[in-house]
Amino acid sequence: MAAYIARRLLWVVFLLFMITLITFVIFTVLPSGDPAVLRAGRQPSPQLIAAIREQLGLDKSKPVQFINYIGNILPFLGHNGFDFGFSYQNQQDVLPAILDRLPTTIFLTLGAVILWLCIGLPIGILSAVRTGTWYDRLAMGIALVFISAPVYFLGLVALYLFANDIGVFPILPGNSAYEQASGFFGKAEALILPWFVLAAAFAAVYARFLRGNLIDTLQEDFIRTARAKGLSERKVIFRHGVRAAITPIVTLLGLDIGILLGGAILTETVFNIPGIGRYAYNAITQSDLPVIQGTVLFGAFFIVMMSLLVDILYAFIDPRVRY
Amino acid sequence: MSTGTGASDLLHAEDTAVDEIVAGKAPVAARSPLQLFWRRFRKDKVALVAGCFILFEITVAILAEPIRKLLGAPPPNLQSTKALDEFGLPLGPSADHIMGVDQIGRDVFSRVLNGAQVSLKVAFIGTGLSVVIGVSMGMIAGYYRGWVDTAIARCIDILLAFPVLLLGLGLASACSDKDGCLGGVLQPGLPVVIAIIVIANWPYVARIIRGQVLSLREKEFVEASTSLGASNMRIIFREILPNLVAPIIVYTTLFIPANILLEAALSFLGVGVQPPQASWGKMLADATSIFDSAWWYMFFPGMALLLTVLAFNLVGDGMQDALNPKSGQNR
Repeated sequence: MAAYIARRLLWVVFLLFMITLITFVIFTVLPSGDPAVLRAGRQPSPQLIAAIREQLGLDKSKPVQFINYIGNILPFLGHNGFDFGFSYQNQQDVLPAILDRLPTTIFLTLGAVILWLCIGLPIGILSAVRTGTWYDRLAMGIALVFISAPVYFLGLVALYLFANDIGVFPILPGNSAYEQASGFFGKAEALILPWFVLAAAFAAVYARFLRGNLIDTLQEDFIRTARAKGLSERKVIFRHGVRAAITPIVTLLGLDIGILLGGAILTETVFNIPGIGRYAYNAITQSDLPVIQGTVLFGAFFIVMMSLLVDILYAFIDPRVRY
Repeated sequence: MSTGTGASDLLHAEDTAVDEIVAGKAPVAARSPLQLFWRRFRKDKVALVAGCFILFEITVAILAEPIRKLLGAPPPNLQSTKALDEFGLPLGPSADHIMGVDQIGRDVFSRVLNGAQVSLKVAFIGTGLSVVIGVSMGMIAGYYRGWVDTAIARCIDILLAFPVLLLGLGLASACSDKDGCLGGVLQPGLPVVIAIIVIANWPYVARIIRGQVLSLREKEFVEASTSLGASNMRIIFREILPNLVAPIIVYTTLFIPANILLEAALSFLGVGVQPPQASWGKMLADATSIFDSAWWYMFFPGMALLLTVLAFNLVGDGMQDALNPKSGQNR
């Protein structure tokens, strides 16, 4: 077990290094524009450009720049540490700005996760138990529609129908309600629409996934054994079937949470929620490359760490996993 | 998707065929995997309807310009102040503009048509390139094994562990400068979107193909071919590749809707298709600020996107069920 975790940790360190390298290549090597010129403002003098270039270390070779970049990110290596870059458009450090917005993104993500598990899993179980009935077909049909609908279109439709300022049925706080709301319950109320919209596609994916898994599991010999020894159908399905079929969901869930914590960029954009995703979107519209670079790196760290967590967790809950 | 045609129908169909053979009316002929695949697929009526919808849409996208002229709709980039009301707000569906106009008076119908062109083009080219690269890499890794396999498999592992969408977003914004990136090789717009699709997809294709090839290369028919003195190339292309056709078709169909959504999302965020070219995602982004008064600007591109992706998903599901009748949903 310890060896397994150590191996996974080594792999994660390697992955993080590769991610940093590729992020560096994308943002520093690929663009044709000269960042010093971009930063110097309109009609800069050659001296100013040269000064900026030296100040940012752009006069060094690319490998040296990369080592400096890593040195800035990692703590205890001589530089400041935990430095994800500096936004010249907003005159602020990128990492503190991201961390400021993290609680909002966590709030949005966790609410949606609870919602989609509460909707998706029961539908999946019911569909698997009643395979081929009209209920099953209807549920899976609706699920496929939600999987096919882009979240921003769903968001706009939801706002059009239910937002209390513009909606046809004005019953829920709409666009940009989050920033005006105060207190935990005010914020939570403002997130009702975004939670449902974000959870819709995930609930559909989880329902389909659990249904497929459960159908396969219910064909297994141990289910027949459980039935043969006279257990009630309820016990067979929940104690034996669902319990085995639900383990792969953990992997899916961990990765999805990791992705969303890096910024639910489309949902946050449509509903104007000031999370990491919205921060990245604003940076994209202003071509603020250091911020985009910082959010990409931050999101990547989250995803890699969540997948590590999932792998370790999986080794505990699934006895079949070999270390 | 299941349409409820279960094993009994299939068995029945087999019976009649067997009867004919026994009666001496039909010759005994083995069905190729593709024939079997088609026999199962065509039982799925929902998938068939979705497939017809896709064919219809492809035709419409190819003939977008003649269709637009036939219906008398204005060109997609023509701005018309006549279509805006006295406050400068766009007017809704009317005889002149059957889907209304956008915030600067462009006809939504012809832009949705053009959006279909862009969307399908990007998805087909991007998916096609990823499948070609993925299948080649997967076949090389699975067939030759050894260090080549190790190198390719590690590469796949890294890319799959990567948050590729996030990096795609980064790549798209890094290249959104007018000079493009890689010294101007990758221009903003369609090329960048296609590049992102290829980077995101080929590892999945390669992993699937590699697994299939690893098992196929141990089969007797490959051994027979080797003992007849066939070259590696001949075995790869004449023995192994034909057995991969069905999975390649299925996974291609499943990748296309994901890529249509990816293009739309990138365009929605402003780093995909560049204006003034029409894209459903970009139209939805523009609609965000005016959708409360101009529902048509949100509704028509959104529905076009939804229906297209749904149709591809239905066909993909049907194909997957037809390919793996045991593990599919058709039970």
